[in-house]
Amino acid sequence: MTESIVSNTSIVETNSEYEAVIGLEVHAQLLTESKAFCGCSSDFGALPNTNVCPVCLGHPGSLPKLNRNLVEFILKMGLATGCKIREHSIFSRKNYFYADLPKGYQISQYSDPICYDGKIEIELGDGATKRIGITRIHMEEDTGKSIHDLDIDTLIDYNRCGVPLIEIVSEPDIRSATEAYQYLMQIRQIVMYLGICDGNLEEGSLRCDANVSVRKRGSTKFGVKTEVKNLNSFRNVEKAIGYETDRQIALIKSGGFVTQETRMWDASSQQTKLMRSKEQAHDYRYFPEPDLAGVYVNAEWVERVKSVLPELPMERKQRFMNFYGLPRYDAGIFVEDKSLSDFFERCAGELETKSADRFKAVSNWIMTEVMRILSDRKIGINELAVLPKHIAELVELFVGEVVSSKIAKEIFSDVLANGKSPKVIVSEKNLAQISDVAQIEKAVSEILAANGDNVEKYKAGKTNLFGFFVSQTLKATGGRANPRIVTEELQRQLNAV
Amino acid sequence: MKSYEEFLRSIPQKSCIDETHDFLGEISRKQELNAFITLNEENAVCAAAESDVRFADGRPRSLEGMIVALKDNIATAGIRTTCASKMLENYVPVSNASVADSLRESGAVVIGKTNMDEFAMGSSNENSVFGAVAHPLNADYVPGGSSGGSAVAVAAGMAHAALGTDTGGSVRQPAAFCGVVGFKPSYGRISRSGVVAFASSFDQIGIFAPDVYSTARIFDAVSGRDRRDSTTADLPPAQSFDTVRRPLPEHFTVATLPDDQLEGCDEDVMCVYRRSLEIWLSAGAKIMTATIPHSEAWIPAYYVLATAEASSNLARFDGIRYGCRVAGDYDDITVASRSQGFGAEVKRRIMLGTYVLSSGYYDSYFGKAQRARRLIYDGYASIFEKADILFLPTTPTPAFRRGEKINDPVAMYLSDYFTVSANLAGIPAVSVPAGESAGGMPVGMQLQARRYDDERLLQFARCFQESAKI
Ligand SMILES: [Zn+2]
Repeated sequence: MTESIVSNTSIVETNSEYEAVIGLEVHAQLLTESKAFCGCSSDFGALPNTNVCPVCLGHPGSLPKLNRNLVEFILKMGLATGCKIREHSIFSRKNYFYADLPKGYQISQYSDPICYDGKIEIELGDGATKRIGITRIHMEEDTGKSIHDLDIDTLIDYNRCGVPLIEIVSEPDIRSATEAYQYLMQIRQIVMYLGICDGNLEEGSLRCDANVSVRKRGSTKFGVKTEVKNLNSFRNVEKAIGYETDRQIALIKSGGFVTQETRMWDASSQQTKLMRSKEQAHDYRYFPEPDLAGVYVNAEWVERVKSVLPELPMERKQRFMNFYGLPRYDAGIFVEDKSLSDFFERCAGELETKSADRFKAVSNWIMTEVMRILSDRKIGINELAVLPKHIAELVELFVGEVVSSKIAKEIFSDVLANGKSPKVIVSEKNLAQISDVAQIEKAVSEILAANGDNVEKYKAGKTNLFGFFVSQTLKATGGRANPRIVTEELQRQLNAV
Repeated sequence: MKSYEEFLRSIPQKSCIDETHDFLGEISRKQELNAFITLNEENAVCAAAESDVRFADGRPRSLEGMIVALKDNIATAGIRTTCASKMLENYVPVSNASVADSLRESGAVVIGKTNMDEFAMGSSNENSVFGAVAHPLNADYVPGGSSGGSAVAVAAGMAHAALGTDTGGSVRQPAAFCGVVGFKPSYGRISRSGVVAFASSFDQIGIFAPDVYSTARIFDAVSGRDRRDSTTADLPPAQSFDTVRRPLPEHFTVATLPDDQLEGCDEDVMCVYRRSLEIWLSAGAKIMTATIPHSEAWIPAYYVLATAEASSNLARFDGIRYGCRVAGDYDDITVASRSQGFGAEVKRRIMLGTYVLSSGYYDSYFGKAQRARRLIYDGYASIFEKADILFLPTTPTPAFRRGEKINDPVAMYLSDYFTVSANLAGIPAVSVPAGESAGGMPVGMQLQARRYDDERLLQFARCFQESAKI
């Protein structure tokens, strides 16, 4: 997914009088096989209420049991974001009534979360970076899903209930909607690189709430904040935060006050709307969860997780620029999607000649030809049946002028259609480019001889006939003549006439 | 009372099936005691038949043929488990509590589910949607609570033994009132899996039996680490049956409370208490006085923490998935179902617990109570550095009259004065019949020991019970 940044310049980004102070709370649904506190599968796409048991349905007498993979996953996230890891952390109950919350409380962490005090670097264009602090990352369980929009009564699907989540809470270090976008993008890339979450905002496996306030630039005091919910796409995160900061500034400028409240982004009207006031806010009555022993994470466990942490997106981007010599833009596009950057590396690794121009040619080929097909077919790179070796061959064929880029595109269609090697296709179909100067010299002179009238006109000043001679020559060679040599030869012979 | 030990001596003259029928007959003759909510007649007779085969084959299991009653907050697959509440009047669990499994695997015969205070909240067994339980000696008196039905089942000869739950004294207090042994093990020794939670950090399954031998047999069969309950102690199953038969050590120390901490006790209880101290002296005990700091905090700390946990544990009863459901709009179901499904005492405790957890009050109630809990634990730890056991009355009074305290919650809560501290500290405690009041009501005395010292506690309890035999 390469949704471009919406150029939605809010007042705050152009107005020097006020600045926005933004903190994000991001929930990431973890890809553990089973739920957080029972043995049920965490595949919540199954038939409704099939992945449930007495524990996640909150039957009387059932007790939770911690899935250790959940701890493993959050440790990865904590270590990837430079967090400190608490040796002993506990679970708490977050109490509130809701039909899709079977126990009447969510098992979460409140005081003393397992990961705290970390940071994420975001890019602000031109390679400038900014550090956004991570206050805490904690574990909790997801709720079920109520389905209201049916003619019959409300239906509840508990498959999602108990699926593990981590909540990543940032410091109020974010100063604009664009920074918020970049921050969220970084989080998304990191969880995907770690393989702990699929990073899908639209489907809710990544969810984001924003705390937004504004203040006079230069002030060190925080303004009154509102919490903005329902930010279910990158576009909406940026738009909603932009809207909310503008709303608050306008309110203050007109002599009003911002009130502490929860607001909801309404994508259809492109506004944030009041959801509940401070007085209506839930009192979650947190207290330590007495059914679970604490979580103990010793140094050994931390070291083991640290030793298997994969390369993170920022590191990979830097490496793509340094090692392959790719421009920042190319590297950025690739690391946004871990599979795509993996694919680039595999293609680059298959090149016979490893040089910066060939790496760049591979990059160009993937960014144009490959990504066009991905977006046409709406698929990810892993769903495209093409061998990296074939991409490398193809790139080498046209960089080495064995085929023209036009022929190369035709070969690529063949590769996709039947999985044959480009080299095989070239020899089978006799597609190799003719670069033999003598052969081309002969073809050019035959074309000029056969088109004496046009040669006359050309000499008389109709120089745009040059293209006609090129296409005639290419046609005569079945499109295989090296266009560069054809051009050179035509120029030489026409000048000689 | 009919003990399992006697029954074992009567085999093979008497069969398990006969014994089961005898108990079922006794239950039907004593229906007015209202000790049972649901009987398990068919399954019990089948299980007894299996036990007879095992005895005949010479391969009995540890509890073979023992007739056991279960408090109705212990889940039994296929048998309704009501918690004596309208909320769960028709709730049938899909799986057994771990203890129910252990009992069956050990050969015990589950005869039925016993009456109780609704969701184990009460000290008189008057809070049951199935009606109050009567004291076996005098129907105008309460049997104690909340495990009143289980205590009566054993006291009135309707089961060899029974399981209850003890959150603040709910096994020991009715055991004392009814004249049976009531044992609350250390927190974590017996799995809570399948026990409908009242206050998770206090709840512990307890055992009623006529004597400590049967108590020990059951404890050995149902204790131990359970994967289904993360709060079980990482200890192997108890082996107390061997321990309890040993004589007392030559030198041992019994700690007692200072007089001012016994002030609330009536003369009947003090009389038995003083006689009991003489028993200890003649058994060779060194007696020392020990003070548990902040005894004034026991009851408040207990009621703050236990109701807080209860308010959350009982939130799941919302009328959506199971239990009492009052039809209504999506938003009204929960309010209406809870309003109708819960009784007055349960509602009182949910409100109390909700209040003490509210933002702004947390520190002054919950936080403070937690600190008090820590101090009580420390206080006990220092006592058990010097003493083998702490000896104290189980209750300030013998069984009281029905209706006497039901409208005075504070008076009712104070009857837990001597029992809640063991739950606050998570230590083992046992009530042993020690005498009678002037009016002929049983009086129980309590022994407490350091955490996880359950086996030795039972050893002292066995010796005391045999010496105290009236
Ligand atoms: Zn489950």
